[in-house]
Order: sequence, then structure tokens, then C-alpha cells
Amino acid sequence: MKSIEELKAIKAKMQAEIGTRDSLTDADTRIVVGMATCGIAAGARPVLNALLEEVQSKRLSGVKVTQAGCLGMCRLEPMVEVYVPGKEKVTYVKVTPEAVKKIVSEHIVNGNVVAEYVIKNI
Amino acid sequence: MRELSLNILDIAENSIKAGASIIDISLTLRGKLLEISVRDNGCGMDADFLAKVTDPFTTSRTTRKVGLGIPLFKMAAEMTGGKFEISSKKGEGTLTKAVFVIDSVDFMPMGDIGDTMGALIMHAPNVSFFLNVDFDGRVYGFDTMEIKDVLGDDVAIDAVEVIDFIKRTVKENFDNINGGIIL
Repeated sequence: MKSIEELKAIKAKMQAEIGTRDSLTDADTRIVVGMATCGIAAGARPVLNALLEEVQSKRLSGVKVTQAGCLGMCRLEPMVEVYVPGKEKVTYVKVTPEAVKKIVSEHIVNGNVVAEYVIKNI
Repeated sequence: MRELSLNILDIAENSIKAGASIIDISLTLRGKLLEISVRDNGCGMDADFLAKVTDPFTTSRTTRKVGLGIPLFKMAAEMTGGKFEISSKKGEGTLTKAVFVIDSVDFMPMGDIGDTMGALIMHAPNVSFFLNVDFDGRVYGFDTMEIKDVLGDDVAIDAVEVIDFIKRTVKENFDNINGGIIL
């Protein structure tokens, strides 16, 4: 089966990279997407996909994308929380796949919070 | 909710929250009827809770782990002229089942079931997920155990590359089985 062969190739490629990318540690940046009913209905799944694509295409190590339930303000979903070690948590609201590109390149890569999507500015 | 795959994601998230170790999703098409079921071996519900679980207004904040997801799924099925059933036993698990009439104007598009499986596996990599598609005898089965067997101990199933592979392979196989019958 073609797909199993592809999976084996992915495995081999990742095994070759082992050591450069360990499991989640305290030193890692965590990006959390709210995936309760409110989040899903507001478009959290495309946002999650966009985050995974950005992390994969930019080959960001030390960044973990995870999911949570309701982040508390259903009308502001999709919500994304960014935890950078040693920094205060940043909550982005009404996030779109386009916003994700900006958040990843400006905040995760360059360390500059994207003010236009931060909760206090909405 | 604009897609059935989003409803499925939401219902299966309940199973994850219920502590299930096995979550079995089935899509069965027989003629004009599509049955979607989500079965889990999570904590289940007692009879009192089960009786009110489809009512968004009696589901209070203390029972918020269910909330609007089930009512929305039920409504999506009933709008098409289909039906909805949920059965559960405390300590044993829950079976949520909805039947949709696919030629109804209110039938929601399926959306990307690959994305749904990817999101679920990423959220709960230790859970065994099954997806069984049976469209008038054309079948496809996806099983996270098979993926884990190939990956072995070195590579995690929730690695970004593996999730991406799962999303693509599930979508491709589903599209093959479906062949454009449902949107």
C-alpha cells in the first residue's frame, strides 16, 4: 500500500532527526487552541491546521501546538494562547488562518507580540 | 457548525473528556441514509444526565462538559428528516448515533474528515481511534494502532509530520469511497 510506504519514509526521516527534537520540555513554547463546541463552531479547526502547517513549513523546533477545551470567552473564539518560557501568556482572539501566519512569523519566530489580535486590544 | 466533520470532532471531543481509551467513529451510507456514530468506552452518564443531555437549556454550567455540542448534532440530523439517539451506561461508555437523509436541502456537507481525525489524534495521542467508512459496501477502515505499529517507539503519532500524513491519507481514502455521493 502506497500510504504505508509513505509513513515508513516519514518515520525514517524523523528517526534521522532524533536528538534535535525531543518531547515537550519546560523550555518549549506552547501554542494552545481552544477546541470546545464554541471554538470548533467559530473556526478553530482551520486555525489548528494553519498552526501545524506553519510549524512544519518553518521547521520550528521547540514549539508545541496543543488543544484545550473552552478558553472561557466563547464569543471571542477562535482563541489561541501562546506560552513563551519566561514571558507572560499572550491570548489572541478571533484568530483566523491568515492571523496565524502573522502570529507565527512575528511572535513565535521574532518574539514580537501581534497587538492587533491580542485580547485587550479588541 | 457548518460541516458534519466538525460535529463529529465535537462529539468525539466529549469522548476524550470522558476518559475513553477507545473511540470508534463510523460513517455508514445505505441508499439515501447516512448514519454517523461515535462509540467510546469513557466514563458514561447516568440515566438522569442522559435524559437531559440533548437539551441545551437544562444543561447548566456545572454540566458544561456537554453543553451545545450534542443539541447541535441532533438538530443537524433532524433537520434533514433523520434521527438522533444517544445511549450510555455509567462506567461503560457512550454511543451517539445520528441518521441523515443525504438528499435533503438541509443536509450539511461532510467537510474534511481527515482534518477531524488529525485534530483528535493530536489532542489524545494515547487513545485508540477507529474510523470505519462503509458506503453501500465500499469500505475503508482507519486504525491508529496500525499507524503506531509502523511508527514503533521512536516516532510519536502526534508528531506534526505524522498528523499531516494521517489527515491526507484519511481524506484521500474517504474521497475514494465517497466518489462525490455526498458533498
